[in-house]
Amino acid sequence: MTKYTLDINGKKVQVEAEPDTPMLWVIRDYAGLKGTKFGCGVGLCGACTVHLNGQPVRSCSTPVSDIKKNDKITTIEGISDNLDHVIQQAWIEEQVPQCGYCQSGQIMSAVALLKAIPQPTDDDIDTYMSGNICRCGTYNRMRKAIHRAAAMQKGK
Amino acid sequence: MKNTVSRRKFLQYSGLTGAALILGVSGNNASGATTVANLSNLDEGYNLSPYVIIEKSGKITIFNTKPEMGQGTFQSIPALIAEELELAPGQFTVLQTGGEKKFGNEQAAGGSYSVRSSYETLRKVGASAREMLVSAASKQWNVSEKECYAEFGRIFHKPSGRSLGYGELVETAATLEAPENPRLKDPKDFRMLGKPSKRPDIPLKVSGKAVFGIDAEVPGMVYASIERCPVFGAALTDFNPAGALKVTGVEQVIPVERVFGNYKTTGVAVVAANYWAALKGRKALKINWDYRGNEKFNSADYTQYLRDLAANEGITDASTGDFDAVYAAAANKVEAFYETPFVAHATMEPMNCTAHWKEDNQLEIWASTQVPSDIMNEIPAMFGISADDVTLHTCFNGGGFGRRLAIDFVVEAVSLSQKIRKPVKVIWTREDDMQLGPFRPPTFSSFRAALSPDGKLTAFQHKVIAPTILSFLMPQQDKTKVDEPMVEGISRQAYEIPNMKNTFVFADCPAPLLWWRSVTSSTLAFSHECFLDELAHKAGKNPLDFRMEMLTKDSDTKRVLQKLRAVSNWDAPLPEGKGRGIAQWDFFAGLAGQVIEVTRLSDNSVRIDKVYVVIDLGTVVNPDTVKSQMESAVVMGISAAVKKGITFANGRAEQSNFHDSPVPRITESPEVVVHILAEGGSTIKGVGEPGLPPVAPALANAIFNATGIRLRKMPFDLDDLRG
Ligand code: FES
Ligand code: FES
Repeated sequence: MTKYTLDINGKKVQVEAEPDTPMLWVIRDYAGLKGTKFGCGVGLCGACTVHLNGQPVRSCSTPVSDIKKNDKITTIEGISDNLDHVIQQAWIEEQVPQCGYCQSGQIMSAVALLKAIPQPTDDDIDTYMSGNICRCGTYNRMRKAIHRAAAMQKGK
Repeated sequence: MKNTVSRRKFLQYSGLTGAALILGVSGNNASGATTVANLSNLDEGYNLSPYVIIEKSGKITIFNTKPEMGQGTFQSIPALIAEELELAPGQFTVLQTGGEKKFGNEQAAGGSYSVRSSYETLRKVGASAREMLVSAASKQWNVSEKECYAEFGRIFHKPSGRSLGYGELVETAATLEAPENPRLKDPKDFRMLGKPSKRPDIPLKVSGKAVFGIDAEVPGMVYASIERCPVFGAALTDFNPAGALKVTGVEQVIPVERVFGNYKTTGVAVVAANYWAALKGRKALKINWDYRGNEKFNSADYTQYLRDLAANEGITDASTGDFDAVYAAAANKVEAFYETPFVAHATMEPMNCTAHWKEDNQLEIWASTQVPSDIMNEIPAMFGISADDVTLHTCFNGGGFGRRLAIDFVVEAVSLSQKIRKPVKVIWTREDDMQLGPFRPPTFSSFRAALSPDGKLTAFQHKVIAPTILSFLMPQQDKTKVDEPMVEGISRQAYEIPNMKNTFVFADCPAPLLWWRSVTSSTLAFSHECFLDELAHKAGKNPLDFRMEMLTKDSDTKRVLQKLRAVSNWDAPLPEGKGRGIAQWDFFAGLAGQVIEVTRLSDNSVRIDKVYVVIDLGTVVNPDTVKSQMESAVVMGISAAVKKGITFANGRAEQSNFHDSPVPRITESPEVVVHILAEGGSTIKGVGEPGLPPVAPALANAIFNATGIRLRKMPFDLDDLRG
């Protein structure tokens, strides 16, 4: 067991874990943040997507030992306090989620997309979002919601 | 079985203090008459199901008995009460029930049945509460009831403009008899029903706060991962736990049984302080299995077995006229054979369950499940305890699609917790989920038909060859009779065919089988509606005209096809290089039709452009949910039509995760245009499943139209089409 001090959503979290433990389980079961989900465990579905220094990563495939001293981790719980991120707003407006299980990961990918490309095209959306599976098939609504969020952001 | 619960326990459960109006129903089913009852002052016990509680504080709680798995019941079911009770969304809290006896035996979501089975009953509950509150207000004010009305959680006195909140009226209302025949609102006055409504679970699902089964957290909880033999039906011979026990965090290694109907297998559970340790421990196990000959099961042989069975006459399911004679004498005969694969449900949330068997033999369960009632019926029976000693927390389901109608993963967690006397969370890996089943079974179809010289269908036979889900779950099932669900949509089709003889041939199957969104219709619609398309082309007719000629009488199917013709611009010619196909399907869950348009990319590849869906509902509760369910069914239908499915070798599934059993991604989701037929009428049809069956046949028919390639086998590869 090794001691780690992690910066998750701006809070310092102390954990004691085996170095090869994926961040997914550290976030869920050590830090107690259950919004990040387990879908495949091997980087294929995106359900576990979080941001590492603002970049989307698959937490199921990121061992805790890879996290460096000043790294900042952001999870779905960290993107806004009151559902006020444009992506969340647009997601509600378009009534995107069905079962909802994939949605934390989808939203983390979409947030990263808008940060990188504030006015994305459909091709940009394909590129950024195709790593995230939604078995319920909410794809068309996500696409609409991303365009809506981009428009909302522009208007701000 | 005892069907009551103590008032104290109920009040505790509801977090209730002080006076309240509590209304429930006696019996809750689609056909049986239901009465609404006032449960506010019952001391003894309830044998009725409480559905709404209005407290003195003004707090209103509505119970949802239909688990939410993405199909929108967390909104649509409470809305039935809230509409009649004149509440706006946000004026009440929704609680999900956990299979408690007092909520009746139909706490389950499946068969696209939730709204249909609740529509009348729950509106009656809401209407009764409204009338009692009106009556209470009129008493308090000493005015005529006729001068009072309910609106947004208050009762108003029209002449004076006075009003009282519901909470202020409950003490009086609680003393009243529930009206026998409350007046239901005229649908034209609905504020919520029939209009797009926002779902209350969505804010939870965009903030990571929605609690799924996998998110259960119990103090002192340990985690387990279970190694089960991938060869179906194998037995555990012995195992060596030493390697697993060396892994830091691993606490115990113990065998645990998976019970799935009659299918019982034993696996080896690694229990650890954290899930990663349990997984690592599992990999370090040494296990010997007795394959019992099942390691020979493979797809090539199984496919041949089903093909060979097609030679059997089969059991006649339904016949009209004289198929044998007309077919024998016909000059223009058409024959075809269709095949479909096994598929996995692949719900996004892998199977999991948390169970806590406590020192005092009280049991607490957290699960994503479609069937709280089954858990409450079966777990006490299996473990020899009383249902009163079991508390179930029904969590949001991270997808269901039929997979969570089984409770095998619950049984595992409960028996493990019983053995180790600790709260334990068992999580299946994605590999477990893909490989261990249950799977949707394949159906093979053998067709024979005859056409008259003027291109009319004179004789038709659809022979279904398939393993059946019911005979898997209950091997003692009578195999000389037709297994109803295996021929659904075929024998009661609306097409008027003068001489028809449909038959069914039973097949055995060693792999676990289960219902999958739209069940047999997800495969039968493909073969049936594609073969009709073949016949239309043989007859030299437009595929839609050919179908309409067989629909002389008025029917829902006819209306759906007429609507499809209009909304899809069926009669407008498509630009060069494009094709369109049509299909419809009417079965236990409901009725929908689709037109799919594709673009031909090369001689043997296409792209799906657009899907027009017409769904026939009669009555619609939340049109936006219906739309999203259609979008969802289209993506899942495409998944089943063009993705790999599950194949077997050496007694086991060959696929293990999304790399070798892929599902569609955002790049593969076509535009979907939905039209809802909801013109009233006495029947309400289902929503969750009917959008799926027409996808594969409409797509395959469109591909034929665009490329001339006739597909008779699912799955097919859109980039490499082969007839
Ligand atoms: S769980 Fe990490 S990508 Fe699927
Ligand atoms: S909403 Fe269910 S998997 Fe995406």
